[in-house]
Amino acid sequence: MAKDAEVKTAVEMAKEQRSISVAEFFEKNRHLLGFDNPTKALLTVIKEAVDNSLDACEEANILPEINVEIKEIEENRYKITIEDNGPGIMKEQIPRIFAKLLYGSKFHRLRQSRGQQGIGISASVLYAQLTTGYPAVIYSKPKPKGKTHMFHLKIDIMNNEPEIIKEELIDDGLKHTGTKIVLIIEGRYVQRYHSPDEYLKQTAIVNPWAHIKYKSPTGETFDFPRVVNKLSKRPKEIKPHPYGVELGVLIRMLKTTKARNVSAFLQHEFSRVGANSAEEICRLAGIDPTEKPQTLTHEYQEKLLKSMQKVKLMRPPTDCLSPIGENLLKEGLSKEIKAEFITTITRDPSVYRGIPFQIEAGIAYGGELKKEMYSDQATVLRFANKIPLLYEPSGCAITRAISSIKWRRYGLDQSPGNVPRGPLIILVHIASAWVPYTSESKESIANYPEIVKEIKLAVQECARRMLMYIRKQTRVKRETQRLNIFKNYIPLIVENAKELAGVKANIDIEPILDKVIKKDLIDNGKD
Amino acid sequence: MEKTDKKVIKKRLEEIGKEIVEQAKSKKVPYIRVPSRTTNNIVFDPKSLCYVIGDKTITRSAGNIRHVKPLAQMLKVASFCKELVEEELKHETKRGLYYISESWGEKLKFDEQPESDNIIEDIEAIIGEPREDFHIIPNPGGAVYGDLTLKFKNPSGKMMKINCLQTADGQTIGPRMSEAEIAECNAKRVIAIETSGMYNRFMEENAHKKFNAILVNLEGQATRATRRLIKRLNEIKKLPVYIFTDGDPWGLHIAMVIMAGSAKSAHINKMLATPSAKWIGVTASDIKKYKLRSDKLKDVDIKRIKELKKDPRYKSDKRLLEELKIWEEIKKKAEQQALLKYGLRYVVDEYFPAKLKEMEKK
Repeated sequence: MAKDAEVKTAVEMAKEQRSISVAEFFEKNRHLLGFDNPTKALLTVIKEAVDNSLDACEEANILPEINVEIKEIEENRYKITIEDNGPGIMKEQIPRIFAKLLYGSKFHRLRQSRGQQGIGISASVLYAQLTTGYPAVIYSKPKPKGKTHMFHLKIDIMNNEPEIIKEELIDDGLKHTGTKIVLIIEGRYVQRYHSPDEYLKQTAIVNPWAHIKYKSPTGETFDFPRVVNKLSKRPKEIKPHPYGVELGVLIRMLKTTKARNVSAFLQHEFSRVGANSAEEICRLAGIDPTEKPQTLTHEYQEKLLKSMQKVKLMRPPTDCLSPIGENLLKEGLSKEIKAEFITTITRDPSVYRGIPFQIEAGIAYGGELKKEMYSDQATVLRFANKIPLLYEPSGCAITRAISSIKWRRYGLDQSPGNVPRGPLIILVHIASAWVPYTSESKESIANYPEIVKEIKLAVQECARRMLMYIRKQTRVKRETQRLNIFKNYIPLIVENAKELAGVKANIDIEPILDKVIKKDLIDNGKD
Repeated sequence: MEKTDKKVIKKRLEEIGKEIVEQAKSKKVPYIRVPSRTTNNIVFDPKSLCYVIGDKTITRSAGNIRHVKPLAQMLKVASFCKELVEEELKHETKRGLYYISESWGEKLKFDEQPESDNIIEDIEAIIGEPREDFHIIPNPGGAVYGDLTLKFKNPSGKMMKINCLQTADGQTIGPRMSEAEIAECNAKRVIAIETSGMYNRFMEENAHKKFNAILVNLEGQATRATRRLIKRLNEIKKLPVYIFTDGDPWGLHIAMVIMAGSAKSAHINKMLATPSAKWIGVTASDIKKYKLRSDKLKDVDIKRIKELKKDPRYKSDKRLLEELKIWEEIKKKAEQQALLKYGLRYVVDEYFPAKLKEMEKK
């Protein structure tokens, strides 16, 4: 038994029990958002800001122009500046967007965008505040001829509310419309795999319509040029599909709907449900279609969900998706990767758990890759909604799908269960209204069988084209080698025969060579 | 059969080149016909009692990807050999040729020696002369002892004469010795002996005087130079040849190669084989008759006997076939030196005269 002094009563305990602010929660669990270590934190901050900029530009139909600068101001302390030419943000929204966690427009809708939850950028602000104590500095100019709003912002951690340190309207701010954020964070800059350099290069591949300029901590400047003057297709917002709804969500929807009866509820709140389907769902669930949605008991709510998922419905509409497109993806790969062969494919949309998704893949093979690769294994570039995924490759559906392909069929070496070996880059992009990440830090994609299957099909098609290319190359190479053998030795035969015979004669070997080569091409074709 | 005149050799080599030049002049894809040396073109000629090459030829064409390089190399080798023949005193070995090709540049040099060896054999087959005649010489091996005077040019070109009795261990048979002029020969027969031990016994027991013979040490399987010298003694001086080997199928086959040539050298066997030579023993019957100390035949020995029984060179000789059968029965083999159990002199005083008498009776 513990001593009396340590015994607490329920009353005393109740005094200590209180709700935890989401900001407070993430203060203690920063790894959930991708701030586990200084290297990753630096990357995450860049990533969140760049993703937001790209989303904003595309939503406003502006060709993105993004400047990134990372400066080491003292050891392990970096000043990060990211500026875009997007639409800017209304003054009233700025504090909440940057200094309130889980505030945003993207969570509640089903439409493809880079950000999903509205955590990323405010988490970066929180991280800066926690590690260096500096507020975030935000510049925003929504009107081309207007002034620039400047804010110094912190997060009130206990209440998850913005704390405005300073607010000013300045004349000589941004030149165009757009947003600029300056953060001072603790971090560590590395090169290669997990570097901002790599992240921005990969971003440039899948956003060939964006122009990104980057100044790295070493003072090096990178320019990732825009190669197409057209944004990818704009995604439309869709309603959820009955197959992809969970009970909790359904219950909330039933409560908050403006529909007067269950039939109307089903038809208005979900995609692909018409009057007939709605009636069938109600009949299966034993519910009167004219009943008020709010009055359903828990038992019938569950029955409703089950029958919703039993009825035959059309697949969800796919115009909520915004794939990069085969041609643009190829442009993107070609501009950043010097390979001798590049092929890309965009598959038709598919569905997992009622959520539409679409797979795109590309393979870049040979050329400079023969010298430049870090290892003899293929490099896998993973993307979700046009965001590069740099961490956690092993658990990802993309890696799993690629490793499960029998690469020997495609002329590459492979140790079992691994990605193939060879001078190639395999790119996979999943576009979805809701990407099933395995964690909030958006590092890898969950292994839904539908998704793995689609990835496999896409990569296999690229691999097949690559094999055809390699075969053709080897055929051409072999033919050239054969011709060279004849070109080398026939003159030697004639020369040595002359020497052996002890005769001097001018012999034109071209006609002989012609005959031999023509005949060899025919005979060789028979092999 | 004397050595072919060097002018004839030179002319035959040149003809290979001339044919190609003529083809090229008339815009034909150059090619050359080479007597095929594959097994299906090697036939046993019952008349000459040796393996000879048949009349199948293969074509090496400049239009064939696999032939074009060897054809260029063959012409280069032939040119090189022509120069050797012109120089008269210069010779080279097959191994040496392989290394010399290094100086012909990346395109013509041989990657491995079997490639150049094969071309040498092709040239032998085309011109129908052993390579010694175009100065690609075999390694020396074997020795000759007895009252035989040979006349030859030494490596510096000086004319020399040597009597094979005036040597310590017999005269080594190298390429110059095998082609040397037979200046004087008073012997009546040639006795070729497989092992150095028995050869020494014969020398010390004065067997050359006793049998009026030239003794040849084969040192196992006879080299080309040794076979060539034996053939020339047999053909030019009409000396009968007797071969004395160990008492096992391998010893018998050493004798057979001297008599009928080997399959590998079928294209030049007529230069090397001595069909009238006779195998003295040790025969399988001798093992029984002289109660020789013996070893059990091993599996490889029995396998060899079965192979030899099917060989056309044996099929035409009832005596040899009979001996093979006896070996199979007694399953025993004995070395030549097993005869020493009867004392050092026995083999020369008793065994060999008896065997010789038996052979000469036939």
